Amino acid sequence: MNETKCCCDDGSAKGISRRQLLSLAGWGAFFTTLGVSLLGTVRFLFPRVLFEPPLTFKIGLPEDFKSDEKADGHNVLFVSEKWKDSQRVWIVREKDKIYAMFTRCTHLGCTPNWFPEDGIFKCPCHGSQYYSNGVNFAGPAPRPLDRFAVTISDDGQILVDKSKLYSIKEFDDPNSYIKV
Amino acid sequence: MKDILKKVTESQVWKSVFRHGYADETKNRMLQIRSNVFLHLHPFKMPRHAFKIRFTWCMGGVTFFLFLIEVITGLLLMFYYRPVTEYAYLDMKFLEFDVPFGIILRNIHRWGAHAMVATVMVHMLRVFLTGSYKPPREFNWVVGVILLVLTLLLSFTGYLLPWDQLAFWAITVGSNMARATPILGHEGPFAIVDKYNDVRFALLGGTDVGASALLRFYVLHIMLLPLVAIILMAVHFWRIRKDGGISRPL
Ligand code: HEM
Ligand code: FES
Repeated sequence: MNETKCCCDDGSAKGISRRQLLSLAGWGAFFTTLGVSLLGTVRFLFPRVLFEPPLTFKIGLPEDFKSDEKADGHNVLFVSEKWKDSQRVWIVREKDKIYAMFTRCTHLGCTPNWFPEDGIFKCPCHGSQYYSNGVNFAGPAPRPLDRFAVTISDDGQILVDKSKLYSIKEFDDPNSYIKV
Repeated sequence: MKDILKKVTESQVWKSVFRHGYADETKNRMLQIRSNVFLHLHPFKMPRHAFKIRFTWCMGGVTFFLFLIEVITGLLLMFYYRPVTEYAYLDMKFLEFDVPFGIILRNIHRWGAHAMVATVMVHMLRVFLTGSYKPPREFNWVVGVILLVLTLLLSFTGYLLPWDQLAFWAITVGSNMARATPILGHEGPFAIVDKYNDVRFALLGGTDVGASALLRFYVLHIMLLPLVAIILMAVHFWRIRKDGGISRPL
């Protein structure tokens, strides 16, 4: 049956005919273009510049967070809502430390409300509740509210860094609170 | 009167558009269907059982009808709605309280979307209960599953557009689930990405629901998802015909 073989199949010495080479080159170019465009399109979806608020901000000197209030059952003197709207952060003053709590429910991310009379946070979405120190005690929340990194900057002010988040297991980390 | 009618129907303009009159004979009926780009998705003869409402519940048909309503009302809403944070909420309020018939238009669009989610599910249920997913219709079942997902995604993306509290938090909660995506979500198992390059970021165009998320959802909602849905619906209807028409009761 070898005689009836098509002329294209036994073309060149290397066993690849001109037609096959061209077809290979053609399809190769096609799929390369397609693949590169696809990668480019995926990259296109991730912009280089983000128009989001800066991740660090200063909240003042540690002395500004003095209070004569009595501590509640969780050692908390007060919860400041000053940066809630602009930065999604509560500043919590405990007896011997200050920390910056993320106002994001650890369930699915809604913003809980602070009820100063009851000294608890309640989430409007699915009813999670937290004590003043952010520890969850009701609802679907899986863990206490997370905290942002806080440091003392050069001018003595407290600097909150929202790019670093600490969750319950890391609350001992010295960067997650300021000692007072 | 008859003369005018005759003149019109025999004019070149009329004939160039409508090639095959209304003669009710098999060959002509076939030509009518075959030469129409929309109708050709259909068979030119319907078996009697295909009209049995107790068998099909016409839920696929109703879903398609609702989809058409969404397309028309959505297109009209687009004349007033601007997908930027400064205006989205105001435009929604404007439509609701000032634009003539805006309130009914907006409500038809909203309720139609809710209804469509319901009817598409009921349609799926009836296809399942009647065993219509079995070969040779298994491919159409798969197309149907994608259409179901598209319907849900259309609802999800549309939900953000009013830019009110409900919209914002619903999408916050919804998109936070994407964090837990395996491999491609930054809080998911085997994550290989961080919060600046995971799937949630691609969806929102940022790390939180903001201006870019609104724009992205808008583009998906009014362009990409409907386009894919329309193409798949054409395939869906075409395949019903090619798979031997609506399945029949045993
Ligand atoms: C956008 C959504 C959808 C539209 C507009 C749609 C539309 C239709 C229409 C008009 C029919 C003709 C029969 C009837 O009305 O019941 C049909 C049949 C069918 N649909 Fe869908 N459908 C959709 C989603 C789905 C889903 C979610 C499934 C299942 C996963 C599905 C699977 C099927 C199958 C297998 C048939 C053939 C049934 C038979 O021959 O009896 N479709 N569809
Ligand atoms: S998001 Fe707070 S309870 Fe679900």
